[in-house]
Amino acid sequence: MSVSSTEGAAPAPVHGGVGYRTWGLIKRMARSLSSVALTFLGLTCVTFFIGRVIPIDPVLAIVGDKASAETYARVRAEIGLDLPLPVQYWRYLMKVLHGDFGNSVITSHPVLQDLLQVFPATLELALLALFIGVVAGVPMGVLAATHRGRWQDQVIRFLSLLGYSMPVFWLGLVGLLLFYARLGWVEGPGRLDVAFDDIVGPVTGMLTIDSLLAGEYEVFWNAFWHLLLPASILGYLSLAYVARMTRSFMLAQLRQEYVLATLAKGLSPWRVVWVHALGNVWVQLVTVIALTFGNLLEGAVLTETVFAWPGLGLYMKNSLFNADLNAVLGGTVLVGVVYIGLNMISDLIYPLVDPRARDE
Amino acid sequence: MATAPLPGPVSGTARAWLLSPTPASRRQARCGRWFRAWLAFRRNPLAMSGLAIVLLLVLMAVFAPLIADRQSAFLQVLEDRLQPASWQHPFGTDELGRDIFARVVFGSRITLTIVVMVGVIVVPVGLAIGLPAGYFGGVVDTVLMRITDIFLAFPRLVLALAFAAALGPGIENAVIAIALTAWPPYARLARAETLTRRRAEFIQAAELQGASPFRVIATQIVPLCLPSVIIRLTLDMAGIILTAAGLGFLGLGAQPPSPEWGAMVSSGRQVLLDQWWVATIPGLAIFIVSLGFNLLGDGLRDVADARS
Repeated sequence: MSVSSTEGAAPAPVHGGVGYRTWGLIKRMARSLSSVALTFLGLTCVTFFIGRVIPIDPVLAIVGDKASAETYARVRAEIGLDLPLPVQYWRYLMKVLHGDFGNSVITSHPVLQDLLQVFPATLELALLALFIGVVAGVPMGVLAATHRGRWQDQVIRFLSLLGYSMPVFWLGLVGLLLFYARLGWVEGPGRLDVAFDDIVGPVTGMLTIDSLLAGEYEVFWNAFWHLLLPASILGYLSLAYVARMTRSFMLAQLRQEYVLATLAKGLSPWRVVWVHALGNVWVQLVTVIALTFGNLLEGAVLTETVFAWPGLGLYMKNSLFNADLNAVLGGTVLVGVVYIGLNMISDLIYPLVDPRARDE
Repeated sequence: MATAPLPGPVSGTARAWLLSPTPASRRQARCGRWFRAWLAFRRNPLAMSGLAIVLLLVLMAVFAPLIADRQSAFLQVLEDRLQPASWQHPFGTDELGRDIFARVVFGSRITLTIVVMVGVIVVPVGLAIGLPAGYFGGVVDTVLMRITDIFLAFPRLVLALAFAAALGPGIENAVIAIALTAWPPYARLARAETLTRRRAEFIQAAELQGASPFRVIATQIVPLCLPSVIIRLTLDMAGIILTAAGLGFLGLGAQPPSPEWGAMVSSGRQVLLDQWWVATIPGLAIFIVSLGFNLLGDGLRDVADARS
């Protein structure tokens, strides 16, 4: 996706030589892609290594401990465990590249199928959390920067410090206790009330969107009230990070001379801050937001456990406790790939939106 | 001490000796610099409260047997289970009738152990990778930083989870898992610090005297890197505590009956709605300690920024 958009934007008629600029972009992309490939190799190396380290003998798991030595050796050769390690790794890598993570022991489905089934639930959670984090975090960061050192700044700084310091699983439990059990403002754990199960067929897998598409508004509201609390709690964590980064970016902008110039020309301070300065900051925020999203996927493991949210995190956690190594490693690779992909996209978007980052 | 020249207003005091604008010895100059940093740090109330929290944690861990009764932290008194707070049990009791206050106090030892262990592993590893990368540059730099980038691009908790799953649950393995995912920022930091000093004249002087690269790195560069590494470590402590507690919560950290805070929160989940204190109080402890490290690290960074 990012490849085509980069090519589309590259030959922009800017002075300084079109060929030079395009070449620079291609070089940058090549570097970015090679680093992605390397990181991916590293990731699979680690998961492969973990798969080898685990103190479960996969041969023994198949043949049982009463099997003869010949059977044991035969099965061992069949799975390929007698091959040299690099060859084994190569075979593993090829399988992963074809989306083959083996079968899950619990569900007996291919792991990839399981992962794709649970991933939308996590995505839904993380997207709303990110939305909350950005919509609240950016204005807070701007406010903190414009009121540097005053009480607004202190309050916002303290709020984001709190966000950094809270164990997300504990915050989830306290939230459930307060807003669900005591106040009854939101729905409890899970994605839907039992009464609403299976009304809407999966299209995107995100219940709020699916129910809207199907016109089932009652289901939508139920799903929404289930989603709101876990998403807000995750959102608070990303808010802390986004607000803090926005503040420091904005402080750097507000020191620039153009701010003084636009103010001197008589533009309202409001416009200078929210249009001119913030406009320049968005570019840097893209990177921050991409990284935040990666962190949200991680935070989802704990949040989903607390809220019995049937997503990737809960799936991995359950697999962990059933010694379902294929599923755990598959999930690790998936999260890793999303993480690496986000890094790459933010790497590529950066020079597209910020001309200054192109000529290095 | 009183022999040093003292142009300060109240001569003869330790304060005047420390703040003297004309230090007579290297030791006096060094102490004076630390004292000035401390004065700047002391003006920040948030940072001071962070320091207080961290000191409290250390004291609590060291003097745990004096603060709470060790036996009531582990002894199961089933008649007394799930008691609300009382004079006898300030934080109530858990589902096995153990005193939550005593468990929180003894749990501080586990938290502190994890934090110290991770720090002890992560800093040397980060330095060992980052310093040569910055000092030698070229191929060494490329290779080492590529490795660092690969580890940096990993999702931390998920990887720690996978490691903990492979190695089996337990504190030691949780520490290894966290350390494996936490060292890359230190390598980067050490490299960046080395690069800024690489061409400094005192380094060249040392090299001209025939000092080996190892000696230059160990005696000239490491001391310069340490302050920023320590600040970074303090800020990271909160994250380390949260990751460790998260692993504990998932059942991959310290195993029962050890009073690890994350695991305590997890065991209180079943009775959350009726006996809220069982899950919330250990969680509060995690939160306060990680807040303490964050405040302390923030304050230290402010002092360092102001100096540079």
